[in-house]
Amino acid sequence: MEQTLGAFRGPDAPDLDELRTCVHCGICLPQCPTYRVLGEEMDSPRGRIYLMRAAAEGRIGLTPTFAHHLDLCLGCRACETACPSGVKFGSLLEATRIQLRRHGPPPRHRRLEDVILSVFPEPARLGVALAAFRLYRRSGLRRLVRATRVLRPFPRLAALEALLDDVPAAESLPPLIPARGTARGRVGLLTGCVQRHLYPGVNRDTARLLALAGYEVVVPRAQGCCGALELHAGRAEAFRSRARALAAAFPDDLDFVVANAAGCGSAMKEYGRWLPATAGFAARVRDVAEVLVEADLPLGPLPLTVTYHDACHLAHGQRVRQAPRALLRRIPGLTLVELGDSDLCCGSAGVYNLLEPALARELLALKVARIVETGARVVATGNPGCLLQIAQGCRQRGLDVTLVHPVELLARAVAVRAAGRRGASAPPSEASETD
Amino acid sequence: MPLSPGLVGDLQRILGPEGLVLSHEGRLVYECDMHTFYKGAPDAVALPSTTAEVVAIVRLCREARVPIVPRGSGTGLIGGAMAPSGGVMVGLNRMNRILEVDLPNRCATVQPGLINLSLTKAVEARGWFFAPDPSSQMVSSIGGNVSTNAGGPHCLKYGITSNHVLGLELVTGRGELVTLGGKVADHPGYDLTGVAVGSEGTFGLVTAITVRLVHVAQAVKTILASFADLEDASEAVSAIIAAGIVPAALEMLDELMIRAINEGTGAGYPKDAAAVLLIELDGPAEEVEAQGERAARICWERGALEVRVAQDAAERALLWKGRKEAAGAVGRLAPTYLLQDAVVPRSKLPAIMRELGAIGARHGVQIANVFHAGDGNLHPLILYDDRNPDELERAKAANEELLHACIAMGGTVTGEHGVGLDKAKNLPLQYGDADLNFMYRLRGVFDPQRLMNPKKLLPAHPACGEGWRPPRPRLPEGAWI
Repeated sequence: MEQTLGAFRGPDAPDLDELRTCVHCGICLPQCPTYRVLGEEMDSPRGRIYLMRAAAEGRIGLTPTFAHHLDLCLGCRACETACPSGVKFGSLLEATRIQLRRHGPPPRHRRLEDVILSVFPEPARLGVALAAFRLYRRSGLRRLVRATRVLRPFPRLAALEALLDDVPAAESLPPLIPARGTARGRVGLLTGCVQRHLYPGVNRDTARLLALAGYEVVVPRAQGCCGALELHAGRAEAFRSRARALAAAFPDDLDFVVANAAGCGSAMKEYGRWLPATAGFAARVRDVAEVLVEADLPLGPLPLTVTYHDACHLAHGQRVRQAPRALLRRIPGLTLVELGDSDLCCGSAGVYNLLEPALARELLALKVARIVETGARVVATGNPGCLLQIAQGCRQRGLDVTLVHPVELLARAVAVRAAGRRGASAPPSEASETD
Repeated sequence: MPLSPGLVGDLQRILGPEGLVLSHEGRLVYECDMHTFYKGAPDAVALPSTTAEVVAIVRLCREARVPIVPRGSGTGLIGGAMAPSGGVMVGLNRMNRILEVDLPNRCATVQPGLINLSLTKAVEARGWFFAPDPSSQMVSSIGGNVSTNAGGPHCLKYGITSNHVLGLELVTGRGELVTLGGKVADHPGYDLTGVAVGSEGTFGLVTAITVRLVHVAQAVKTILASFADLEDASEAVSAIIAAGIVPAALEMLDELMIRAINEGTGAGYPKDAAAVLLIELDGPAEEVEAQGERAARICWERGALEVRVAQDAAERALLWKGRKEAAGAVGRLAPTYLLQDAVVPRSKLPAIMRELGAIGARHGVQIANVFHAGDGNLHPLILYDDRNPDELERAKAANEELLHACIAMGGTVTGEHGVGLDKAKNLPLQYGDADLNFMYRLRGVFDPQRLMNPKKLLPAHPACGEGWRPPRPRLPEGAWI
C-alpha cells in the first residue's frame, strides 16, 4: 500500500520531523529574498515550512496556491544559514517539489520549463542552441528584435534573450592534465553544462590552477549534467538518472571531484540524500575554492579593486564563504571590498530568472545597487548563473563592471607572475622560491 | 464569520490585489506567531503600504464591525499576532521605512514594520544605536516592540521600550489619526505615549514611531563566566548588582540551553557548565576596566569554573549571537515548548532556580533556561512534544505551578513579552478588580467597539466575554500552594 503523509504520497515525501524542527521564530524572514520583495508570510521560509507542514498534516492539499508559493521560492537556502534550529529547508523544498510534480497541479510555466530542461542539462543540445544564438546575435537579427521590441509581450522569452550577451567559441579540455611540481593527488573536474559552453575559460583556468596546485586532473569525456536543475524542479527520476550517470563517469580513485559551479557542487554534495549508492562520490565533491585554498599558488600582482558576491549554493548550500575571499586576498595588489548583502540572491537561481523574470529583476536591481556602492569595477562570484545574471544587470544599467569567476583572477595573477619570472627583471627573491 | 463581499471589495480597491490575502493557504500561515500553541486564522490579511491605507482599513472594518488584529514580524511569544475571532489581520511589515534620522535631537522616526536591528544598522556607523534589543531584534519590528513594550538584555541598564519612545502616530479604533507625544521630551498634558506603549494593538494601529537614539559607549567588555552549579551563578548575579555594578546586560543560561545554542550557532559556550553568565559592561574605558575586574572577582569567589573576556568584536558578536538565537535553537531539543516570562525579585533567583528544578522533576518535563538574570526576568522553556497529549498536560501543569511560584515570591506574571492571549487569564493574579475595570474603560476611549485585537491583553469576563467585573470567588484560597 502506498504510504501517505497528509497530502504527500509515496516515496520522497518531506520529513515531518524535519518540518517540526522549525519553532516559528522567524529569524529567517529578513534573509529571504522573496519575503524582502513581497512582504508576505507565505512567501517566507517560515510560511513555506508552515504550508508544507499543513500539507503533511492533511490540513491543506497540494493546491495551485500551495504550488505557487513553493514555486516562488528561489531555493537560495539563505534561510538555512539563518536558522538556529538547523532546519534543512533545501531538501524539504526539493521533496515538496517532487511531490508537487507527481501529485500536484501542473507547473504554471510547464511548457517553458519543459523546453529549458530539455536543453540546459544536455551539453550537446545546449551547444546547438548557443550556436544558433551566436548566429542570431551576429547576423544583426538581435538588433532588429531589440529595436522593434517584438519580445515585449513574452517576458520570459525576453528574459532569456537579454541574459546572453555573447557566446564564446567552444573549446574542450584534454581528458588528462598532468600535475605540475610536487604531486598532491588526483582530482576529477566537472565541466558542467552552462559553464562548459558559456564560460569555457573558467574550466580551463580551473584545470590549470589545479594542476599547478599539484593535482593530476581527470576530465571524463562521458560526463553529463549533475541534475541540479531537475532536482530543483522536482523531476526526481530525471535527476536520479543524471546523478547515477555522473557518479559513474568519474573514476573511483580520485581524491576529490572538483566543481567550479556552486549550484552543481551543492547538488552533488547532497546526492547521498536522494541516492544512497552515490554517497561515497558525494563525499569527495569539493568546490574549487576549497581545494585551491589549501595550495600555495605562485601569484603575481593584479592592481584591481574587486568585490565578491556569495553565490547562494556556495555560501548557503555548501557553507563556503571564506575560502574564495582568502584566495582573492592572496593576490598581491588586489583590494577586496565587501559587498553589502553579499549573500542575498541575485535572482538567477538556476532558471528562476527565466521562469519568474519580474521577481528576479527586482532582486537583480538590489544586487546591482549594492555593487555600485562598493565602487569596484570587478565582481567575482563562483557560479555561472550569477555571472550571467549580474553581468546582465550591470550591462543594462550601463555600468563598466566586469564579472569574473575567482579562478579567472587567480589564473591571471599566476600568468602575471610567470611573465615576470620569464622577464630578466624578475627579482631574485621570487626566483629562489620553490613551487 | 467570513467577511461580506462588500467589505472584501472595498479592501481590494484600497489595497490592490497584492495587498489583500484571501486564499485559504495564505490565511493559514498567519494563524499564529512564535507562540504556535494559540492558533486563529484571520478572514483576510491586509498588507498596507501607507498610513492612509491603514486609516481606510480601520474605518471600513469599524463600519462592518469586523475585528482587526495587528501584526509585525510575527515573532511575539504571547499569542498576540493571531486572530482568535477572525476578522482582518493588518500586517504592517511592508511599512518599514526610516522616515527621519535626527541626530542633533537624538531621535529617529520610523514606520512600524521596520526591523529593530535595521535602525541600529542605519545609525551605528555614526556612533548611535537603538537601545531596546529583544532577542528577536534581527527580525522583530519596532511596531511590535512598541506594542508589547519589549525588553531585551541591555534593558537592565538602558531601560525598556517605553523609555525610548518619544512619540507615536496612532490610528485609533475609532479610525482617527492622532499624534501622541513627539520629539520634544516635555509635552503638556497627559503622557499618552506612555499609555499607548504596551497596549498591544488594543487602542489602534501605530503608523509611525519617534524613538530615542543612544550614543555608543566608549568601551565595551563582554565576560563569559561558567559555573558548575546553577545556584552559584544565581548568587553571583545578586552579588554583582549588590556591589553597585550596573552591567549593560547580565544574562544567564543553563546546561540544556547551552547545549542547544552550541549546536545551533556554534557560539562556543563551555560544554560542561551547569550555568553560564554573560556579563556586559559598557561606559568610560577606565570604569569598564575596573568594573570588569570586580565582576570577574565576584564570579571566582562564587566558584566560577571559567571567566573569559571576549577578545574582540567578533568574539563578542558570537557570544551574543548564541544568546539571541537561543529560543530559535530550542527546536534542536524539542518540537514545541511553553515559554514563561515571569519576573522575581533578583534576590530570589537562587530560590526560584531550585524551585524550577523541583517543578520540572515533579511533572517529568525538561525545562531549559535562558534569561535576563540582572532583572530577575525568567524565561523558562518547558519542553514537550505536542503529539503526546499527556506530555502537553504535564507541561501545562508545570507552567501554571511555575507562574504561581514566581508570584508567591513577590514577582509578576510577565516581564517583557507582553500579555496577549497567553497571559490575559493571569492578570487577575497581578491586578485588583478596580485596576482591571479602569483599564477596560481606558481601552474603550480608544476603541469603543472593542474591535481592536480582541481577547488580548485584558482578561475576558467569564460570562459575557466583555468588560471586567469581579468574578467570585476571585481566587480560591491556596489554589496554587
